[in-house]
Amino acid sequence: MSRIRRLNEIPREELFTSGHSLCAGCGIPPMVKMALKAIDGDKVVVNATCCLEVATTLYPHTSWLVPWVHNAFENAAATASGIESAMKVLLRKRDGKKYKIIVFGGDGGTFDIGLQSLSGALERGHNFLYVCYDNEAYMNTGIQRSGGTPLGAATTTSPAGRVIPGKPENKKNLMDIVIAHRVPYAATINPAYPTDMWNKFAKASEFLDKNEGPIFFHYYSPCPVGWRMDTSLSIEAARLAVQTRLWPVYEVDHGKIVINIRVNKPKPIEEYLKIQGRFRHLLKPENKEVVERLKRYIESNWNRLLKLAELGSIY
Amino acid sequence: MNTIGKQVRLGLNGDEAVAYAAYHADVDVISAYPITPQTIIVERLSEFVYNGELDAEFIAVESEHSALSAAVGASLAGARTFTATASQGLALMYEILYIASSLRTSIVMALGNRAFSAPINIHCSHDDAYAARDAGWIQFFAENVQEAYDLTLIAFKVSEDKKVLFPSIVNLDGFILTHSVEPLTIFEDKKEIKEFLPDREAVNKIDPSNPITYGPLALPDYYMEIKKQQAEAFNSTPARIKEVFSEYEEFSGRSYSPLKKLYVDDADIVFVVLGSTAGTMRTMVKKWRKNGEKVGVLSLTLYRPFPSREVAEALKDVDTIVVMDRSYSFGSPGGQLYMDVAAALNKYGRYNRLINAIYGLGGRDFTPEMAEDMLHATKDPSIREIWVGVRG
Repeated sequence: MSRIRRLNEIPREELFTSGHSLCAGCGIPPMVKMALKAIDGDKVVVNATCCLEVATTLYPHTSWLVPWVHNAFENAAATASGIESAMKVLLRKRDGKKYKIIVFGGDGGTFDIGLQSLSGALERGHNFLYVCYDNEAYMNTGIQRSGGTPLGAATTTSPAGRVIPGKPENKKNLMDIVIAHRVPYAATINPAYPTDMWNKFAKASEFLDKNEGPIFFHYYSPCPVGWRMDTSLSIEAARLAVQTRLWPVYEVDHGKIVINIRVNKPKPIEEYLKIQGRFRHLLKPENKEVVERLKRYIESNWNRLLKLAELGSIY
Repeated sequence: MNTIGKQVRLGLNGDEAVAYAAYHADVDVISAYPITPQTIIVERLSEFVYNGELDAEFIAVESEHSALSAAVGASLAGARTFTATASQGLALMYEILYIASSLRTSIVMALGNRAFSAPINIHCSHDDAYAARDAGWIQFFAENVQEAYDLTLIAFKVSEDKKVLFPSIVNLDGFILTHSVEPLTIFEDKKEIKEFLPDREAVNKIDPSNPITYGPLALPDYYMEIKKQQAEAFNSTPARIKEVFSEYEEFSGRSYSPLKKLYVDDADIVFVVLGSTAGTMRTMVKKWRKNGEKVGVLSLTLYRPFPSREVAEALKDVDTIVVMDRSYSFGSPGGQLYMDVAAALNKYGRYNRLINAIYGLGGRDFTPEMAEDMLHATKDPSIREIWVGVRG
């Protein structure tokens, strides 16, 4: 699929239909719709157990106009490995068809319980695209903290308590783990930057055509319910995440890091924190130290990324 | 007997025999993780693939959980799919066992039966086979290396059959069969078996021109009907399994049936057993018969679906039934096979005297002396459970 410069260039035909039960303001559907359009040709979706899975396949209904496979929570990458291997051998031996494999998993299913099967599949080099949509907690089970939950965020298992003000640990750097496997192409994507997202999917599609997988995308997926913010603020939060340098939009193309959205004058992190109920307690004076920690994390992360981007290739 | 496929006689251990069967089945995808005592199976299959003798994808996964997960994907995508495991590996697969059955995959798994930890032990118990008993997998038990080979080929034909579409486990006793070299007859080459086992024709496979949603969410309004349909489908598989046994006999000259009986018809005492110990018991029963003991042996080649009617029919007039379990079901009324036999008899209105013999755990040798102990126990009406060959 070709690159775009404007959103009105996106085809209208949907392979992910309406009628699903994902929440208003959820970040997942626009990404999934875009993925299914920008990844051209025949395709198969593998879905980990997650919000996307339960909200789109309530028997006897389905939102999917492509073959869609849900096996379990922690094994989407392994399931995709099996499908890809079968596709390859059946193309050689019998009347097999070629198709592109797209995997969707949440942060719980990717950062935590599914990390081993993801690592195994990346190491073995199967030709698929894995998209982790990261809404920064186990939203499907009711907002429990995951390895993707940011520092200080209140969840139902890391509440803003009288002694411990939200999650005490920083977010796990999933992209670093993925890049350690030296995958051909990895990128972060964000719904506030849809043309960047489209063009990355289009690029992924070309890599898949050339059997240059595995490819990994880390998607910032706003969750108004879990983040306790108005449903109209999803894209605003997504944009602020980038503009505060909390969520860098970058890609690693065969080891070459490119920061796609340059943020020269970052906005104060407080602007991002104050619109979300999960962070509101951090703005109290007694939690100033947590915000300072978060600022140090953002700064070191951003500076490190700049240095890596200066290198010709990190592989 | 005139058979169809050309065969050769040679010596192999059980693992190699299973590997040859998967090779002769011209399997498409192998997804496996090494674990004793099945490791030789995946080593041999790797050699077939890496030497170009078998055109298959070997997915060397990072765990048994992923082994079965990838196998589910491969089978749904239409590939003839094989995996092998044992003990802890089966336990790690447990979650996906039910999914593999409920998604109606056609995976064939060899299970080198091994005891569960702790203490860790690599030798034979039937803990793993029993752990999988409720998951909706067809289960065969091999008594010897020949059966391990034959049942693996049979399992592919059964599991891929449009009237079946359930995954199969072929059980072979760890070390006793997996690592013991025995003479057996196998097909000369994979082309010799093609007529019995042609390329898989998968129904409802992953196909972009026919998009299917596999593994949806079903809530209380549908879940129970789906399970009832699965139960009906699973319980109807023995009819087809028996037909495949006949087709295989025509092809190979070797005959199989859900259960094997020796002297059961007029016996006062019958020993019910799974796996390699059936051979030991047959030898013992022949010896005891010469001493005038009216004893018999019933062994099961098909363990799931449990052939309840045939078992009850065979045992209905037997005074004392000794059910041998190579495992222990903590806190249950008896061992797993004991409970199956008791329930099968009860279902057909029979309440025979049952003794549960626990034997051979963790590879403890089952000797003729232990068999004598079991026979001796049948003479004492107060005995209902014995642990044979155990100290203290």
